[in-house]
Amino acid sequence: MKPPILEVRDVRKQYAAHTALDGVSLSVPEGSIFGLLGPNGAGKTSLIRIITQITGADTGEVLFRGERLNPSHIGRIGYLPEERGLYKKMKVGEQLMYLAQLKGLSKDEARQKIKGWLERFDIKSWSEKNIEDLSKGMQQKVQFIATVVHEPELVILDEPFSGFDPINANLLKDEILAMRDRGTSIIFSTHRMESVEEMCDHIALINRSRKVLDGPVREVRNAYRAQTYEVEGTGHLMITHPDFEELEQSKRENEHFRVLVKLHAGTTPNDLLRYLIGPGNVEVHAFRELVPSINDIFIRRVRETQPDYVPETDTALA
Amino acid sequence: MSKIWLIAQREYLTRVRKKSFLIMSLLGPLLTAGIFAVPVLIATLSDKDKVVAVADAGGLFADKLPEAQNDITFKRVSADLPTAKAEFNKAKYDALLYVPKLDIANPDGFQVFSRKGLGMTLQRDIERSVENAVEAQRLKNAGLDQAVLKTMKADVSLKTISLSEDGERSSSTGISTGVAYLCGFLIYMFIFIYGIQIMRGVMEEKTNRIVEVVISSVKPFQLMMGKVLGIAGVGFTQLALWVVLSFGITSAIAGSVSPDKIVQNRVERVNAAAGATATVQAKSTKSEGNEIVKAFKEADLNFGMIAGCFLFYFLGGYLFYGALFGAIGSAVDSETDTQQFMMPVTMPLVLTFVVAQATLTTNPNGQVAFWMSMIPFTSPIAMMMRLPFGGVPMWQLGLSMLLLIAGFLGTIWLAGRIYRVGILMYGKKVTYGELSKWLFYKG
Repeated sequence: MKPPILEVRDVRKQYAAHTALDGVSLSVPEGSIFGLLGPNGAGKTSLIRIITQITGADTGEVLFRGERLNPSHIGRIGYLPEERGLYKKMKVGEQLMYLAQLKGLSKDEARQKIKGWLERFDIKSWSEKNIEDLSKGMQQKVQFIATVVHEPELVILDEPFSGFDPINANLLKDEILAMRDRGTSIIFSTHRMESVEEMCDHIALINRSRKVLDGPVREVRNAYRAQTYEVEGTGHLMITHPDFEELEQSKRENEHFRVLVKLHAGTTPNDLLRYLIGPGNVEVHAFRELVPSINDIFIRRVRETQPDYVPETDTALA
Repeated sequence: MSKIWLIAQREYLTRVRKKSFLIMSLLGPLLTAGIFAVPVLIATLSDKDKVVAVADAGGLFADKLPEAQNDITFKRVSADLPTAKAEFNKAKYDALLYVPKLDIANPDGFQVFSRKGLGMTLQRDIERSVENAVEAQRLKNAGLDQAVLKTMKADVSLKTISLSEDGERSSSTGISTGVAYLCGFLIYMFIFIYGIQIMRGVMEEKTNRIVEVVISSVKPFQLMMGKVLGIAGVGFTQLALWVVLSFGITSAIAGSVSPDKIVQNRVERVNAAAGATATVQAKSTKSEGNEIVKAFKEADLNFGMIAGCFLFYFLGGYLFYGALFGAIGSAVDSETDTQQFMMPVTMPLVLTFVVAQATLTTNPNGQVAFWMSMIPFTSPIAMMMRLPFGGVPMWQLGLSMLLLIAGFLGTIWLAGRIYRVGILMYGKKVTYGELSKWLFYKG
């Protein structure tokens, strides 16, 4: 396995009244999409601002390819902040030139790369247009180009889909996956956990300035498997076996049933199946494991550590 | 460093390319030229010869009518008032002066008729003519010759000379005051105009939300310095344009309506009207004009030194205040929130300018002037208003400059601390207490 592109070690950040990060450690594997998840105010943006060197950590260190973070890394990281915008009265081409040069590209390099990106997004004709004359969706494309124009090794996207319409969101999704396939590492920060589940290879959950959980998505899910199966079928189903527990959310309509069954320790899904079809008065149409969503895992995990936890409204909705 | 340069470049180019910059660059010199040209123009415009009819029933002007002066010519009409009025109406004279039969010791009952009302100047000129005539009459009655009296009149103007260690130097208070005000005002104006541009620029980046994109590439301090320097460049460009265009326009106007020419015209006209005595007068007017030129020459202002100091204080004052304006811009979300922070920044500026009128120019080397020209908050304006009067010791100038440099390093540091926190702070009303806390946040 390749060494991680980014390593965060026991980072602490204190603002006047509150602690934004309380000993957070992470490791972002090379060439993967890393989801940095957590509710609003958990400390995601604070952590990102430390990685992008906008602020510094009070204690702890951040390593980029094994080196302590320093200004020479700025040009190798691309950052799309949650609070983003462009100079309204500047032309698209000039604006991208300016931002690319700020990232350390030479004039010629910048010109060439911008040309490539504008062609790629099929928006070459906008080059001479003022930003304020573009639609919101168009501006977002320009914004995205500005983030990746210098072909960074690590791209950090903070709530990348907020404000994107569905069409552009899809475009962005495809572009992110394409970037990953080209070997770019991506940190994806959002409080809308379900939106990134299918994209992320790794995740870290942050709550109240602390990391609560991290690892490859599949492992995390496996660790939090609820051993619950959904069974659909017809017939008179009665579960009386002590190893299987029927959950309350089950539905029965005449002959038809849809029940949730939790397996107790030591039993396998095959045992359940055998038990169901054994008597012969039940016909099974569907049988599948209920996989917990990252959101469910997050809430469970947080409840474990903080029994009084009440999810914030926007997290609960999302 | 190259990033600061890049940022300064952008700030400079986007501003210089704006239409408003072009308009300001053209309007500025036009206004300056206007200030000089308008009095001249008014003088030339009112040149239109006015004709005053004189109905001399009292025989005051029996010998000769008053000399034509200030472009007024007098014309004798019938001494009988009703006939004179008829003539006045027919000939479209500008005014009709009726001189009643008078007691020369106690003249009274003069009347002036006009169609649209008299102008102030015209009324004054007619009054003076009548007074002169009465005086002449009285002198004659007393047996004095007017020519003799004229030779006795004295016209004295003081030539001021400042005594200093360098020896005597002739100075001209008038010129010095003029230069002092000009320098002080220019600095005052530029600090305001461009300081507020910095503030707006910072707020624009904040409300556009581009600031976080930019500061992930550069340090907030670099962004602020780039902006301050870029806008300084705009200020210098504007100043240079103003100076060049002002000279151009003023000299163009001066070419067509130069005071010399006007004097010349007048001399000729007066000569034609009144012969020898007038020539003497004209000569004196001319020598008055020369006096100003001479005063400039004799003022020994050391223009090189003043220009150098002006550039220094212009830039120094701008940097000192510019950084503070930048900090204000970073701390607020909208223009309306700026008020509470603007006050302490603009107060010293306005104060200097007000105090300048009262004490700086009248007592340029006094205690108040000394202290104000040392404190960086007031020194850019105060020192520039003292310098033209001369007599500022080198050590004071040097100390003032050093303090200003230290001052702007201080404000830039201070502003940088506030700036880096402020630009990332949204939707929060900031208080002074909070600002002071920001100063001690760790990077």
